[in-house]
Amino acid sequence: MLKQLEGSHAVAEAIALCRPEVICAYPISPQTHIVEHCGELVREGRVGNCEFINVESEFAALSVAIGASAAGARSYTATASQGLLFMAEAVYNAAGLGLPIVMTVANRAIGAPINIWNDHTDSMSMRDAGWIQLFAETNQEALDLHIQAFKIAERLSCPVMVCMDGFILTHAYERVDMPDQETVNKFLPPFAPRQVLDPANPYSIGAMVGPEAFMEVRYLAHDKQIQALEVIPEVAAEFKELFGRDSGGLLHGYQVEDAETVVVTLGSVAGTVKDTVDQLRENGTKIGVVTIGSFRPFPLQALRDQLSKAKRIVVLEKSFAVGFGGVVANNIMMAMQGSGIHVHTVVAGLGGRPITMPSLTKLFETAHADKLEDLHFLDLRHDVVDAELARQHAQIGAGPIAENILKSLYRDETNAANAS
Amino acid sequence: MFQVRLHGRGGQGVVTAAELLSIAGFTQGKHAQAFPSFGSERTGAPVVSFCRLDEKEIRLREPILEPDCVIVQDPTLFHAIDVFQGLKPGGYVLINSGKSIQELGVADQLKNVPEDHIRGVNATELAIRHVGRPVPNAALLGGFAAISGQITLEAVEKAIATKFGGRIAAGNIEAARAAHAAALSKETVDAETA
Repeated sequence: MLKQLEGSHAVAEAIALCRPEVICAYPISPQTHIVEHCGELVREGRVGNCEFINVESEFAALSVAIGASAAGARSYTATASQGLLFMAEAVYNAAGLGLPIVMTVANRAIGAPINIWNDHTDSMSMRDAGWIQLFAETNQEALDLHIQAFKIAERLSCPVMVCMDGFILTHAYERVDMPDQETVNKFLPPFAPRQVLDPANPYSIGAMVGPEAFMEVRYLAHDKQIQALEVIPEVAAEFKELFGRDSGGLLHGYQVEDAETVVVTLGSVAGTVKDTVDQLRENGTKIGVVTIGSFRPFPLQALRDQLSKAKRIVVLEKSFAVGFGGVVANNIMMAMQGSGIHVHTVVAGLGGRPITMPSLTKLFETAHADKLEDLHFLDLRHDVVDAELARQHAQIGAGPIAENILKSLYRDETNAANAS
Repeated sequence: MFQVRLHGRGGQGVVTAAELLSIAGFTQGKHAQAFPSFGSERTGAPVVSFCRLDEKEIRLREPILEPDCVIVQDPTLFHAIDVFQGLKPGGYVLINSGKSIQELGVADQLKNVPEDHIRGVNATELAIRHVGRPVPNAALLGGFAAISGQITLEAVEKAIATKFGGRIAAGNIEAARAAHAAALSKETVDAETA
């Protein structure tokens, strides 16, 4: 049924359709509306046999989900930013124990400086924890991915993180096609756990493992991710069969066939990139875009298939490995090693900096003309950076960087206003 | 694509207005995308929200830089920020005020906007009268329907009824109807003549 909904509410309704038995979460912007609405749906009795558990922190939220999942309950939680960091130990434990928990991450920057706006730093900080990480491009896809996530998680006995851009998606009202309960039931059978804490058949989950077996257990976590490379497209195909929509999968290509320049990105910015690609193609620029749907497991072969004919690759990412460069780009370089195809890293949209079509147009034109540097920061104010560096060189006690920059920006604004 | 940017202050329902507008568009079978300016919400602080309307899927996610219409929920913002920045020549302007653009001191900024695309409606007064609270957002959407022709008054009414219930919905619908009628008349009008 078509509905005009806020992204957060669409996700909460999709979660309800998945019939979780335990929902536990601690509110943090921009995830708050998701768990608030989950709470409302549980209270209204619209989630069947489900308990909504209020917890005192994110660490507790995921710890409760771990306990619930180990006891055989379909479990869901959601977080963002510092909340994900606060539960970091449990994030690794959930994956290490192989518990099929589904968690939404409403992507947000990580401080300091404190910033509530969108980028992908939070999810990327947990990329090696052993969770499957799926990224949504639209609210429709976010909704669909959650339904697929439980199926993927339970088939592999592995937790799945559904990543959706904070505010840009979570707080956007747009059209979604909400599936009905009957079809979701057909798609997603009841949870049949691979391992379960059952007093009638007692065993432990989470034994201490020494050097004699640790590497084998870790290797099998990797093997599970390799299996996920098969399972994710399978589940997307099954989803399409029942719901008639192309959602999920490892990646999506757009105008890639004859493209000399291929942009690789993930998340909601793909829409703006596609509009920019269409505009550039009108002027004859052969450019396309690949949107990564599954960041973990990372689809090395599927990417090679999409990118092998490109002359250059521009990785546009909302994440940044300080002291190195790109996070996603580094993974793309692994996929393309030996191909001789140049990979540019573009760090963009950190802390909610808007990524606009005019900026992307200029960026892609520069890249297409082979004039783009290896590591580029989209719309970085070099004047602001240089002024702060000059302050630091001029005096030992230059003061805190964030405050200095805010003060100088405010001064510039005031001067401009007075001049006009 | 028709792009609307709404300016107001925290507490005036600026974000809700964009959401209502998107629901109204959806009701008419359009694709609609509404989103806030993602600030830390504080009562009284300047707030911006956005709504795109189109006949096809909307993929663009950037903030609206070149709006086809600007809705100003609080004319005191004229002293604080350039609310008309990027407004397309020939675009539309709806201001929550019974005063003329000359009296408001923004005539110069609007010289590229046709006179009949600019309306002032005293939506706060209408909201106080019909809703009992100074929330101009829903009323202004009635005005938007009248000047832009992008959505119908009926769609605005449906959107209000979807988002609110009972007396709040009924009062806002009355306010939207009154604002619609006021904006349809050629004159810049205040609540007294509406």
